[in-house]
Order: sequence, then C-alpha cells, then structure tokens
Amino acid sequence: MVPITVYLIVAAVLFGIGTLGVLISRNIIIMFMSIELMLNAANLALIAFSRALNVADGHAFVFLVLTVAAAEAAVGLAMVITLYRNRETINIDRFNLMKW
Amino acid sequence: MNLDTIVFFVSAIVAVFGATMIIAQRNPVASVLYFIVSLVAQAVLYIQLGSVFMAAVLIIVYAGAIMVLFLFVIMLLNLRGQEDLSDNSPPVSRFTKYLVSALLFVEMWFVVKSGFFADAGQVGVMAELPGTFGSVEEIATVLFTRYLYPFELTSILILAAIVGAVVMAKRERSSGTPSAPSKGQEPANTVDEVGR
Repeated sequence: MVPITVYLIVAAVLFGIGTLGVLISRNIIIMFMSIELMLNAANLALIAFSRALNVADGHAFVFLVLTVAAAEAAVGLAMVITLYRNRETINIDRFNLMKW
Repeated sequence: MNLDTIVFFVSAIVAVFGATMIIAQRNPVASVLYFIVSLVAQAVLYIQLGSVFMAAVLIIVYAGAIMVLFLFVIMLLNLRGQEDLSDNSPPVSRFTKYLVSALLFVEMWFVVKSGFFADAGQVGVMAELPGTFGSVEEIATVLFTRYLYPFELTSILILAAIVGAVVMAKRERSSGTPSAPSKGQEPANTVDEVGR
C-alpha cells in the first residue's frame, strides 16, 4: 500500500500545476479550468487524509467542495459569456478597465 | 512492487500529465478533454484510497456535468482562434510566474516531507480498513448528522449561483433593440461604450 505522503505529493503537484496555469494563461477559460484543478488537488488531499485517519468526515468535505466548484463554474462561465459579449475576446489582457 | 503500487504510479502519472496538458494547449476544447483524462486518473486514485462512492461522484458530476458546461460555453462563444493567446509577457515576469508556482510546490513538499503529517501516516494507511469505509451509508450518516447545517447551506449557495448565472448571462444588448423595456441598463452600456 502506498503511504499517504505520496498521495499528498501528487496533490501538491496538481495544485502547483493549477497555480502555474492561472498565472501564465491568457485564456480565461483555461484559467477557470486551472482553478478547478486546484480544487481537485484539495479534494485528493482530503480523501487521502480521510483514508489515513479512518474517518468519513473528509468525504463530507469533498462533497461540499464539489458543490462550491459547481457553483463557481456556473457563475464564472456566465461571467465569461458576459465579458465576451462586451469585448468579443477571451484574452485576459483585454479586460483592463479596472486597472489603475 | 505489487499491483497496488503499479496502479498508483500509472494513474498518478496520467493525472499529472493531463493536468500539464491543460495549460499547454492552445485549444480550449483539447484542454477540457485533457481535464477529463486527468479526472479519470484521479478517480482511480480515489478508488485506491477506498472511497468508491466519491470516485463515482467525481466522474458523474465533474466529468459529466461541469466539463460539459465548459464545453457548451466554449462552443457558445464561437472562438475563431486567430487571436494570439500565448503568454507574451516579458521574460523576467514569466520567470517570476514559474518561480512562484515552483516555490509553492516546494513549500507544500517540504511540509509533507518534514513529518508534519507523520501521525496521519501511521494511523490507517497500512492497516486494513473495515468494509464500510467510503460506502454510501457511512458518508450519508456523516453528511446528514454532523454536517447537516453546512449541507443545508449548500442548497442556498446553489440557489444563489443559479440566480447569479441567469442574471449575468441573460442581459440583452440594448444597442440593436431600442424597444427594450429595461431602462436601468442604459447607463451601464454607455460606460461600456466609453470603455471600449
């Protein structure tokens, strides 16, 4: 059986890739997918902890995180559609109206 | 090296590969498909950790519903793909981005490796767990007793998300239709025109 630390390192790798995607991507949809990837990495760590400590609480947390991810995807994609309607692009560099 | 370890490493490598290809792709549709590959590999990891139900929920809800929502939006936007979406920031700034995410990973790796979770590692992973772990019954018992209040709050969260998504995405452009009855959005549109 693989020890829990290896699972946690896999989750850390996934989280790091998600962070990199948010930072370097210009495509707003790929940025959203990177955020979802970070939520997934947190889910994997929660499941690993739940298995290691032999309690079911981690599964309940994962349930709540899934709900938040679904709500975030719905609201975020509605925002993407509205932004595209106004600017006709999904390049994040073009959305600089609030830049000081 | 037993079968468990082989399955773990194969699915972990596939999960990380899919995650890398998400941010390496130009085409958002390909990114969504690679995300689904990564999700399936993560579901295999969930099954290895004994939570079969959450693996099924991950496939059904994430790969089946949320990713399809992403695909619908990508197809709705009708992207031509002639725009350059690559990272054309200066090299110093780009290097800083890679450095920050690498530092974040090293930090988490250090926390894991320094024995911060050593107690958790000793407790249960090596031991054989009871057959009820990760079953629907156990998860439902926890979810509807100890976490009943947060569970009910998520319904309000979902409702707010639905209303917010409809309100944001439904707003019509009043430039082509002067007979639009809503007068309240006129100032917002003028601001948009000025900003453009």
